[in-house]
Amino acid sequence: MHSQAAAVHPEVHNPALLHHFAEPQQQRDAASLGMWIFLATEVMFFGGLFCAYLIYRIKYFGDFAAASQTLNAALGAANTVVLICSSLTVVLAVWAAQHARRTMLLVSLVLTIILGFAFLGIKADEYKEKFELHHVPGASFQFQKSIPGHPDQMANPQHAQIYFALYFIMTGLHALHMIVGIGIFTWLLYSAWRGRFTPEYNTPMEIGGLYWHFVDIIWIYLFPLLYLIDLHK
Amino acid sequence: MSEHSSSSLVTYVGIWAALIFGTILTYFAARIDLGPFNAAVALTIATTKTLLVALFFMHLKGASEKLLKLVVISTVFFLLILLALSMADYGTRAWS
Amino acid sequence: MAIENPQPERVNYLNKEYGIGSWLLTTDHKRIALLYLISITFFFFIGGFFALLIRLELLTPAGDLVQADTYNKLFTMHGQVMVFFFLIPSIPAVLGNFLVPMMVGAKDLAFPRINLLSWYIYVIGGILMLHCMATGGVDTGWTFYTPFSTAFSNTKVIEAGLAIFVAGFSSILTGLNFIVTIHRMRAPGMTWSRLPLFIWAHYATSIIQILGTPVIAITLVLVVAERSLHLGIFDPKLGGDPLLFQHLFWFYSHPAVYIMILPSMGVVTEIIACFSRKRIFGYSFVALSSIAIAVFGFLVWAHHMFVAGISVYAALVFSLLSYAVAVPSAVKVFNWTATLYKGSIHYDAPMLYAFGFLGLFTIGGLTGLFLAALGVNMHVHDTYFVIAHFHYIMVGGAVMGYLGGMHFWWPKISGRLYPEGWARLAALIVFIGFNLTFFPQFILGYVGMPRRYYQYPAEFQVLNVLSTAGATILGVGYLLPMIYFLWSMRYGKPAPDNPWNAAGLEWKTASPPPTFNFDQEPVVTWEAYNYEELDAPHREEVPVAG
Repeated sequence: MHSQAAAVHPEVHNPALLHHFAEPQQQRDAASLGMWIFLATEVMFFGGLFCAYLIYRIKYFGDFAAASQTLNAALGAANTVVLICSSLTVVLAVWAAQHARRTMLLVSLVLTIILGFAFLGIKADEYKEKFELHHVPGASFQFQKSIPGHPDQMANPQHAQIYFALYFIMTGLHALHMIVGIGIFTWLLYSAWRGRFTPEYNTPMEIGGLYWHFVDIIWIYLFPLLYLIDLHK
Repeated sequence: MSEHSSSSLVTYVGIWAALIFGTILTYFAARIDLGPFNAAVALTIATTKTLLVALFFMHLKGASEKLLKLVVISTVFFLLILLALSMADYGTRAWS
Repeated sequence: MAIENPQPERVNYLNKEYGIGSWLLTTDHKRIALLYLISITFFFFIGGFFALLIRLELLTPAGDLVQADTYNKLFTMHGQVMVFFFLIPSIPAVLGNFLVPMMVGAKDLAFPRINLLSWYIYVIGGILMLHCMATGGVDTGWTFYTPFSTAFSNTKVIEAGLAIFVAGFSSILTGLNFIVTIHRMRAPGMTWSRLPLFIWAHYATSIIQILGTPVIAITLVLVVAERSLHLGIFDPKLGGDPLLFQHLFWFYSHPAVYIMILPSMGVVTEIIACFSRKRIFGYSFVALSSIAIAVFGFLVWAHHMFVAGISVYAALVFSLLSYAVAVPSAVKVFNWTATLYKGSIHYDAPMLYAFGFLGLFTIGGLTGLFLAALGVNMHVHDTYFVIAHFHYIMVGGAVMGYLGGMHFWWPKISGRLYPEGWARLAALIVFIGFNLTFFPQFILGYVGMPRRYYQYPAEFQVLNVLSTAGATILGVGYLLPMIYFLWSMRYGKPAPDNPWNAAGLEWKTASPPPTFNFDQEPVVTWEAYNYEELDAPHREEVPVAG
């Protein structure tokens, strides 16, 4: 529901206002709700993977622990810190757009993109290591390790392969979303540089930010679930 | 309808610090043997971090309408249904 | 000879611009609805063609028309095309797209360009599916069960999976657009309790599209990954569980059937109110039952897996929940019936379809309860009983609702009246053809004929022949509206703004509507289904049939 503003003052017309909306607030609210609903679909999209992961982790806990401990938890933690910092730079960028602080806006956007690439760089390094250890599922998969806490018991390679399949699909899908996010923020950087965002109109910044934070949230769950199984053993 | 919801810069940095702290906590808690509670602790911290990001960074807290919170809660509810009812099968197969 | 409109033609959404570019680049929700209409009708015929071949094969007990592998492809592609490329989009993408903005009093959907994008995504998915079918097809059944689909089938599983993955995004975007439009774009005075129940039904449908479709999307990703890389996620030989696929698949595919039926229920509600000249009995119950169906629909999926190997305790839980999900549907049936009681009933073609829906959906729904009973399920699972059950709902319910809606709103969409006599005849033919096709299948399933078999014991032949005969009649019934709708676009009588004297904002504007729907933004001060007010000045007149 919106006010009668447009009917009363038909000549008031923000150039960013699309014709089928009556006023900017309505357009902004629609964009925001639209992005949140899109994020809901993303939650369910990743949710299916979390479901598969949950079931197999319970079923093959020892094998999953063994496989998980071949990952570098410190790197995973570092990546978590990288993403958290990038969420801060995003929120600062949105604030800057709302308060017409051009330099802060551009710097924050650049930092966000750099942090995004940093995340992907660390990920690529991790993937490379997995490839070298033949932990990539498929024809050349090899896995020989004992179950943490049970040095006499070898982990089942087939079950470990399931772990790595889910690891690569989940982190790969996440990385794909990061790449899209970097693309979005590159476009936002360009738009900000062109002066497109003002305190009255910065909706793309807001909803781009929502997307980025969501990608961060997914990683917040991926990190402990994938990297930190039975680390005390 | 939501207005321009934004917290102060100090709040943002404070939340950021809490998130960093949570990450460090998660990492070191994983190295302590908490028996069956390791996963629960890790997930609790992760959920807390998620709530901080959603409420403050994604401006859910400032939203004047309940609608966005309803969207989030409904989504989480159905995700939990997927997990819980699937586990209702897997968890009880050994019983028969 | 074409009947020209004696008045100079007003500018409307159809004649505002001409040329293929103005259609392929349109952001007008009404034009996009027509783009969808053409595409889904095309796929309806493809799916129908496969059905025809299936029924021809089943005329004789022996497998003599096609080979077994081919038959597997026929029923698979019939199911995939009908479910993903016809039923799921049908009412929402055609009638929903056309009417949702108008019914809430808006100029367009919240995101018109995303609306157009959703059509292009659908078309891309459709082209992928066509290519898949043309280059060998799929034989896994529309359900893609593993490990056959991931490890053993020699057909184009990956391509079909990708096609459906793509089409799923079209569905998601449509649902997203509807939810935002209904929340944010309602005209002044259009409160939630004044919304047409068609809107409530589409709102509930959109919730399912948003929450469910992504799960089948990721499931198809996993199938493609498993098939390409032999990961073991669904392969028992590698430690995987085939039932995990079924859990993930049915988590979407059960709510999907509510995507297919809820919009049809919304259509039927509008039709019954109009042709009984009465406010729907129990408005809030009908509105909330749509939401309840959406919510409960997510809780019952493993009733497709009772004999697949899930734990008996889980089966008990899902059986109980499946009984619960029937309650809101039953509420609707009671409310429709109560609306008819002491109504002033008119038997125009849309109402005939609504009556058909009432009876056939009730039978389909009740047989669903039979299937939800564990003991009965053991006996009739994977038989023609199941096939009859879901066709009663999908065809007897959803498709009849779709046809009823197309007739009801055709004057609004095209600006022309369809020939009422032919329409009533077609409705009757559809009803007779439908029952002749599918009722024998209940019996066939009960006496033991399995589904997906191309040969059967000789004693089942009579029932199969009846079913095929019915399918032919049904086909004729479907062709007739196609012919006379097209005919009416050139030769039909021009339609007035509100030929049915129906309630609803869409009837307060021209037929066909102008591009931005209303000359002036409506301000709503009346309740929904205000038929008493609408009929007050005409009470002395005898209502005229079309």
